[in-house]
Amino acid sequence: MSISAMSRTVGPTKALPPGRYGISGLLASEWTKLRSLRSTMWTLGLTVVLGIGISALATAETRAHWSSMSLGSRLSFDPTSTSLIGVFFGQLTIGVLGVLVMTGEYGSGTIRATLAAAPRRALVLAAKAAVFGFVALVIAETVSFLSYFLGQALLTAPAAHTTLSSPGALRAVAGSGIYLGLIGLVALGLATIIRHTAGSISAFLGILLVLPILVHALPNSLANQIEKFMPDQIGASVVSLHQSDAFGAWTGLLLMCGYAVVLLVAGGVLLVRRDA
Amino acid sequence: MIEAKGLTKHYGSKLAVNQLSFSVRPGVVTGFLGPNGAGKSTTMRMIVGLDAPDAGDVTVNGRHYHDLPWPLHEVGALLEAKAIHPGRSARAHLQMLAESNHIGLKRVDEVLEVVGLSAVARQRAGKFSLGMSQRLGIAATLLGNPEVMLFDEPVNGLDPDGIRWVRNLLRGLAREGRTIFVSSHLMSEMALTADEVVIIGRGCLIAQIPIDQLLAQSSQRYVRVRSPELAALKTALELAGATTVLEEDGSLSVRGPDEIAIGELAASIPVVLHELAPQSASLEEAFMELTEDSIEYHGGSGTAPVQSPEGAK
Repeated sequence: MSISAMSRTVGPTKALPPGRYGISGLLASEWTKLRSLRSTMWTLGLTVVLGIGISALATAETRAHWSSMSLGSRLSFDPTSTSLIGVFFGQLTIGVLGVLVMTGEYGSGTIRATLAAAPRRALVLAAKAAVFGFVALVIAETVSFLSYFLGQALLTAPAAHTTLSSPGALRAVAGSGIYLGLIGLVALGLATIIRHTAGSISAFLGILLVLPILVHALPNSLANQIEKFMPDQIGASVVSLHQSDAFGAWTGLLLMCGYAVVLLVAGGVLLVRRDA
Repeated sequence: MIEAKGLTKHYGSKLAVNQLSFSVRPGVVTGFLGPNGAGKSTTMRMIVGLDAPDAGDVTVNGRHYHDLPWPLHEVGALLEAKAIHPGRSARAHLQMLAESNHIGLKRVDEVLEVVGLSAVARQRAGKFSLGMSQRLGIAATLLGNPEVMLFDEPVNGLDPDGIRWVRNLLRGLAREGRTIFVSSHLMSEMALTADEVVIIGRGCLIAQIPIDQLLAQSSQRYVRVRSPELAALKTALELAGATTVLEEDGSLSVRGPDEIAIGELAASIPVVLHELAPQSASLEEAFMELTEDSIEYHGGSGTAPVQSPEGAK
């Protein structure tokens, strides 16, 4: 193969495209990275199947035992949150994917190719967060709406069910999707800081599953103050219609947004400062 | 054009690169030589802005890498062969790099063709041999048709055919007026590929000189002698103060007297000569001589002789 056949002008006269590389190219690049890995597709597929499947199981189970449930249980039964249970299993897969999107680059060394192609690192992280955040949100909303509709359809009379026009139902369904997308960004931020897959996943699971247990072990007065700041409590307040101590759904989601932003900004600062 | 001035880099308390200054000009292949651990890869990472120097400065075409408007159109860098996600196809890897710098997909297929990976372009890179990964890395450096190209140990893992291919590629690219900077710990490879070498040891510059000058400069000149009466000649030469080594191929390497003195001595004995050939030191020896004091990892300890760096025979 002749090399000169493929080369155009070189030397100081070589014409460069106008302007400078920027966010549009980086968004396209991140999108290609995300969709070109089979593991991404598997993880996203698993999020959808597992999320909807578990929601369907939970609602079908409730319907099957409805006649034997006590009156109290029937009255306190929340059809909306029950049909959204699967969304919370999605936290694990979306979180792991958020970690892998970043640590996969470090583990394989791709990060150096990425950063040599685009040395403005904060811009690279912004593009990555935007693409992954968008995909996570779309998948999360798909899971929550499909879970909701399937769940309500399975809760046939005499079991209680809701519709999207029921008080708080739309907020719960759309909000749980937003919550799931934000959890993905929290994981991405952690991974940008930690850079290693195992460490990042441990940190993510620690915050999501272990931290609430530790907080719960604190004296009650203190625990009540802190618990509502935990992601799992925020998630619960988003789907549930009757939570007393917790933040409201939108305040909670705003707080989650804040967590994601703080972690991503910290990750971005480290990404710029550290050697790749 | 690459210009480094006083580049210095520490990793913790270890000084990896120390006050390194050199320049790489267009139109020739410049070899970057040094024993393993001398700081070659660190220097290359600093050129493309992956590692930040603690002191000093390096520019590409007069600009800091970070300020290049279209990095891949200006600089191509092969830094490590296996820097590819094992789950991604060769084509997707190149595509994501191309998109970041607004390079068309047509060019992706073009460079895959050039490196001979078209047939496996859609296979996952995790299944690639080291040689195929090297080819993919080289394809990535060609992607933006850049004027400046860096290659860190590009022939590692390649078979003899592949090595010849890389050598021709680099020389061809230089002929087109590009700036080609290629690192290696193999002197023999550089002797065939590079026009000029930047030699470092323990992070410090040892020399930047044209290859032929490096050879001429070396003090390790000797004369190869063949004779049916070698034993007699050997004795006579040693009595005359020469150092001789009987080589495995039956020839005698003589250090000290030049070919004229040896010829005259042989005639005076007299001894028949079958060969009388002045030899310049191999590049390998010239390299060893230059880096003798700066090899990081000695094979032995204390008074043990300095060992050659891995691969440099």
